[in-house]
Amino acid sequence: MALLEVEDLRVTLPTARGPAAALRGVSFSLEAGEALGLVGESGSGKSLTALALLGLLPEGAAVGGHIRFAGRDLLALPERELCRLRGNRIAMIFQEPMTALNPLQTIGRQIAEPLRLHRALSRSAAADEAIRLLGRVGLKPAAGRARAYPHQLSGGQRQRAMIAMALACAPDLLVADEPTTALDVTVARQSLDLMAALAAESGMALLLISHDLGIIAETTRRMLVMYGGQVVESGPTAAVFAALAHPYTRGLFAARPRLDGMPGRLPTIPGSVPDLADLPPGCPFAGRCALAIAACTAAEPPAVDIGPGHQARCIRLDQQPPAGDPVAGGPA
Amino acid sequence: MTPARASTIPGMSLGRGLRHPSLCIGAVLTLALVVMALLSLVWTPWPPDGIDIPHRLLSPGAHHWLGTDQFGRDVLSMVMAGAQTSLMVGVLAVAIGIGLGVLLGASAAALGGICEEALMRLTDFTFAFPAILTAIMLAAIIGPGTLTVVFAIGIFNVPVFARLTRGAAKAVWARDYILAARAAGKGRFAITIEHVLPNIMAPILVQGTIQFATAILAEAALSYLGLGTMPPQPSWGRMLFEAQTFLFTAPRLAVFPGVAIALAVLGLNLLGDGLRDLADPRLRRRR
Amino acid sequence: MGLYLLKRLGGLLATLVAASIVIFLALEVLPGDAAEMQLGQNATPAQVLALRTELRLNRPAVERYLVWIGGMARGDFGQSYSYEVPVSGLIEQRLQVTIPLAFLAMALTILLALPAGIFAADHHGRPSDVAVSGLTQLGLAIPNFWLAILLVLLFAVALHLFPSGGFPGWNHGLWPGLRALLLPAVSLAAVQAAILTRITRSAVLEVLGEDFVRTARAKGLSRPATLWRHVLRNALISVVTIMGLQFAYLVAGTIVIENVFYLPGLGRLVFQAIANRDLVVVKNAVLLLAAMVMVINFIVDLLYAVIDPRLRISRP
Repeated sequence: MALLEVEDLRVTLPTARGPAAALRGVSFSLEAGEALGLVGESGSGKSLTALALLGLLPEGAAVGGHIRFAGRDLLALPERELCRLRGNRIAMIFQEPMTALNPLQTIGRQIAEPLRLHRALSRSAAADEAIRLLGRVGLKPAAGRARAYPHQLSGGQRQRAMIAMALACAPDLLVADEPTTALDVTVARQSLDLMAALAAESGMALLLISHDLGIIAETTRRMLVMYGGQVVESGPTAAVFAALAHPYTRGLFAARPRLDGMPGRLPTIPGSVPDLADLPPGCPFAGRCALAIAACTAAEPPAVDIGPGHQARCIRLDQQPPAGDPVAGGPA
Repeated sequence: MTPARASTIPGMSLGRGLRHPSLCIGAVLTLALVVMALLSLVWTPWPPDGIDIPHRLLSPGAHHWLGTDQFGRDVLSMVMAGAQTSLMVGVLAVAIGIGLGVLLGASAAALGGICEEALMRLTDFTFAFPAILTAIMLAAIIGPGTLTVVFAIGIFNVPVFARLTRGAAKAVWARDYILAARAAGKGRFAITIEHVLPNIMAPILVQGTIQFATAILAEAALSYLGLGTMPPQPSWGRMLFEAQTFLFTAPRLAVFPGVAIALAVLGLNLLGDGLRDLADPRLRRRR
Repeated sequence: MGLYLLKRLGGLLATLVAASIVIFLALEVLPGDAAEMQLGQNATPAQVLALRTELRLNRPAVERYLVWIGGMARGDFGQSYSYEVPVSGLIEQRLQVTIPLAFLAMALTILLALPAGIFAADHHGRPSDVAVSGLTQLGLAIPNFWLAILLVLLFAVALHLFPSGGFPGWNHGLWPGLRALLLPAVSLAAVQAAILTRITRSAVLEVLGEDFVRTARAKGLSRPATLWRHVLRNALISVVTIMGLQFAYLVAGTIVIENVFYLPGLGRLVFQAIANRDLVVVKNAVLLLAAMVMVINFIVDLLYAVIDPRLRISRP
C-alpha cells in the first residue's frame, strides 16, 4: 500500500466573487521513500494541494475526496489527531525562509519545539537534539547557531534551519513547497541537494513543489503537472520530459530560461491562469491553448494513457506540433 | 502585488458603499449632525437661550420634548444648537491639522534628510504632550473660550497629519513614475503638487474624519471643565457640567447631551472606518 | 543593547528639556507680565511689584529658567501663590491620588482589552467578533466624563454601592481609598480599553497571517498553542506602543475625571491653579504630567528591547 494516496481531492475556497473551485479532483499516490515532483504556475493549485495534505487549508475552505496517509483518511481525522501527525510524520518546508521563522525565538528553540511536542523530550534533551540537527544540516557552529535569532542568519542558513526543523521528528513524508524560490541560485542548489540527500538517507518520501523544471528533473523520479486545479499530466519524470504530451507542459518548458537556448525573448504562455471562481466548461487550458478546438470547451477532457504510468488530460494529443515550435506565443 | 492606487478612492462607488453597514450608519449619523446644526441656525423649537424660570426643570412633554433645564431653557433646542459648536470646532481643528500637517509632512517627504528627521522628532514631542495639557496652558494664557479649544485641538492634530502625510508621501515618492518625472526634470515642488498630494488624499480624508470625532470629544471635555465654550453659546460639554449639579433631582439632564456627543462621535468614527475599508480593501481580507 | 538604551535615554532627556522650555515660554514669557496676570486687574501696583520681585520677573528669562530647573533638581518647586505652601509638598500629596488612579485605570484597560482583542481576533468574522467590534465602537464614542456621570447615577445615586466623589485618603486603609478610585478608574479605562481592544485584535490578526504561524501549525501545534507561543508576543510589539501612548491619555484624562469625582489629585490641582491664576503651580504640575508621560514612553521603548531581540543587537 502506498504511503500517501490522494483521491479526487476537491477544494473550494470562498472568494469575493463566490466560491472558487481551486482543486478539482486531484489524484496521485506516493510510495514510502519516493520523491514526487509537482510543477505548475502560481495559482495552479500546487501549494493548496500541499496545505490540504497537512490539513492547513485557509479558513472557510470546503474539502472533498480522500487523502489516505499510512492507511488513515486525513480528511476524516479530528484536529487533535492531525496535530499529532503534523511535524511528526508529515513535515513541511515553506517558500520563504525569511518570514517562516518566528523572529522572537531562537533557532534552537524553534527546532526543539516539535521534539518537545511529539517526542515529549525534556527542555535540555530537545535543545541538545536541536544542536545535533543543526550540525546535520551543516549549520556550524551548531551550538552557536542554536542561540541565534532568525535575523542573525542569512537566507540560506535560515532555510537550513527550516530543514532541520522539518527533519526533527524523522517524518515519513516531507512536503517542500518551492523551498528555494527566495534563495539565490547557488544557495538554492545547496539547500536542495541537502534536502534530497537527507530525505534519501532517512527513507523519507518527498513531495517537491516547484516551478523550476531543472530541480524537478534532478530530484524526482515521477512528476505531476498541475493547471487550473487539476493534474493535467503525470508520469515518470523522464517520460514527461521526453514526450511533453500536454500542450500546457510544452508551454511550461518553452517558458523556461535556457542557458544554451536561442538568444532573444523568453517565450511565455499567452494569457493568464483562469479565474477559478468563474471557470468556463471544458479544458481549463483551452483559452490559452493554440491547439484548442470547439470540442475542448464542450467537455472536460479525460485522462489519456500515453505510456506506462504516463497520462495526460487532453483530446488533442495527436496534434503534436514539430519539436522546437511548442505553442503559439513563442518567439516569432 | 497591489496595483498602484489611483488618485480617487478605488471602488468608491455608491453600490459598494451601500453594502457596507458601518459606512451607511456612519454617513446617516454624520448627516444628521450636520442637518441638526444647520437647522438650528434657522429654527429651533424654542430659543436655545430663552430663560423661563417658571418652567424650570420640566420633564419631557408635549411642549418641551426633552424637558427644560434649571433656567427653563428647552433642552432639545440647546442640544440642536450645541451641534453648531461641535461642528465648528471639528471643522476648524481638522482644517488647522490638515493645513499645517500636510504642508509639514509633504515637505519632509520631499526634502528628506535633516528636515525630515527634525520634523519626526518634533511630532514625537507633541505626541507626548496631550491636547488637554496644551488646552490648559492656552486657557491659562489667553483665557477659556471656543477659540482656545480650536487652537489646542488644532495644534494636537498637526503632528497626526504630518506623520500620516510623510509616510504616505514617502511611499508615493518611491514609485517608478516619480522617478520618471524627476528624470524629466520636474522639481520636487511640482512633483508634490502633481503626483504626491492627489495620491495621498484618501488616507488623509479617512484620518480627517477620525480626528473630527476626536475634536468633538475634546471640545466637550474642555467645555465640561469650563475651559472651552462659554455661555451663552450652547455646548454639549457645558450642558453636562451644568447637569451635574442636578444629578439627584433631574438626572435626565445629564443624559441627552451625552447621547448627542456619543452619536456624533460614533457616526464620524464609523464613517471613517467605512471609508478606510473602501479605500484599502486589503485590511478587510485579513484572515 | 547599550547603544539603544543610551540613545533612548538621550531622547528622553532632550524631550524633557524641550518640554520644560515650551512650558516656561508659554507660561512665563508669552503672557508678558506674569505678576499682573496672576494678580488680576484689581491688584495695586505695590502688590504687583512685590510679586514681581518674588517671582524674579526683573531678572532675565534665561536666569529664571535655570533657577526653576535647578530648584526642581533639588526638589524645590517654588511657593504656591494661592495655597501659600511649597508646591513640592502640594504635588506630592496630590500624586498619591493621581498615580494610583492612573495605574488602576491602566491595569483595568489591559485586563479588559487584551483578552477581548485576542478573543475577537481568534473568532475573526464570526458574530462574537462583530459584537466585540460593536462594543469597542460604543466605547470610543462615549466621552469619559459622561460615562463617569452615568456611573455615578447608577452606582452612587441609584445603588449606593460607591461614593459619588471625594477621596478619604490612604490612612483609613486600602479599601476605602480603592473604593473611591474604582469608578473614576473605570470611566478612564473604558475608552482606552476600547482602543486597545481594537489594536490588539488587528495586531493579532496581522501576526496570524504571518508565515511563521503556518510553520508553527505545520509543526503540529494546535491553534490555541500557536496563539500563545508564537502569535501573542509578536503582536505585543505594536500593542505595547499603543499602551505607552494610552498612558499619556490616561494621565491627561485624570484632569477631567478628577474633576467629575472631586478627587484631590494632580489634575484637579492644575485645574484649580488655573482658576486661581497660580502660575507656579500650573508650570510645575504641567511639567510633571508631561514628564510622567515621557518616562512611560521611555519605559515602553525599553520594553521593546525585552520583547524584540532584533533591537538588542547594536545596529551597525
